[in-house]
Amino acid sequence: MERNEDLNRGLLLKLELISNPSLLCAVRGAVERLTESFGFSATECRAVTRAVDEALTNIIRHTYCGRADQPIEVLFRSVQRQADPESAVGLEILLCDRGPAINPEQMGLRALEEVRSGGLGLHFIQQSMDIVEYNRANGTNRLRLVKYVRAPQQDVSS
Amino acid sequence: MQISSRELDKTVIFDVSGDIDLVNSPTVRKALLREVREKRTPRVVMNLSKVRYIDSSGVASLVEGLKASQDVGSRFILFGLSTSAREVLQLSRLLKIFEIYDNEEQALAG
Repeated sequence: MERNEDLNRGLLLKLELISNPSLLCAVRGAVERLTESFGFSATECRAVTRAVDEALTNIIRHTYCGRADQPIEVLFRSVQRQADPESAVGLEILLCDRGPAINPEQMGLRALEEVRSGGLGLHFIQQSMDIVEYNRANGTNRLRLVKYVRAPQQDVSS
Repeated sequence: MQISSRELDKTVIFDVSGDIDLVNSPTVRKALLREVREKRTPRVVMNLSKVRYIDSSGVASLVEGLKASQDVGSRFILFGLSTSAREVLQLSRLLKIFEIYDNEEQALAG
């Protein structure tokens, strides 16, 4: 689906799957292991796994309207951030699908003060990741998620 | 995911195990709404101690169960939340909305 050679730089893992919800469990397992080996804390591993799961769920439910045979590609890359030496290494995740274009206005967050059952997935993604970006090119929706590895807290008491 | 129920006096306890995600949250929702709306059980308790992961659709099912119980004047109780389950309710700002206990004994005594 993605042919840009730049995407292979720092590539750690590439998953090609169909939009079958029964595969979500397998993807969560892969992301859990990858984030553990990448050096994230247990809390951060759960956060990244949650964000990927919710993003895939949105693609399956909203972009592909529940059709279970449509293509999804997920690329995991190691990226560097030069500006902040305390969190210089990050995990970038690109989720690509071939569904219709997403209306960015439909990606708006609802107020959490209102107790109701829908619209939580985007909150989970936003709260879990450092960068959340969407774009579309050549008929492909691309959601880019980045989480930086936090440097261990320095003990300032001594 | 597996879900089973136990009856105890005027209480129904759902024992859930596995992940509650897009695949099986409709099963949870259906079981909850049947118990609350159709059977009008006075107290419905969810044992989540063996649930490792809950996604937004799972949270939505729990919210629907809660709202249905509020509509009919019954109680809807959760216990045994994993760290992950607690995190998603925290992120949703729902921790204080639900009646939550650490274990079954506390949930039934509450």
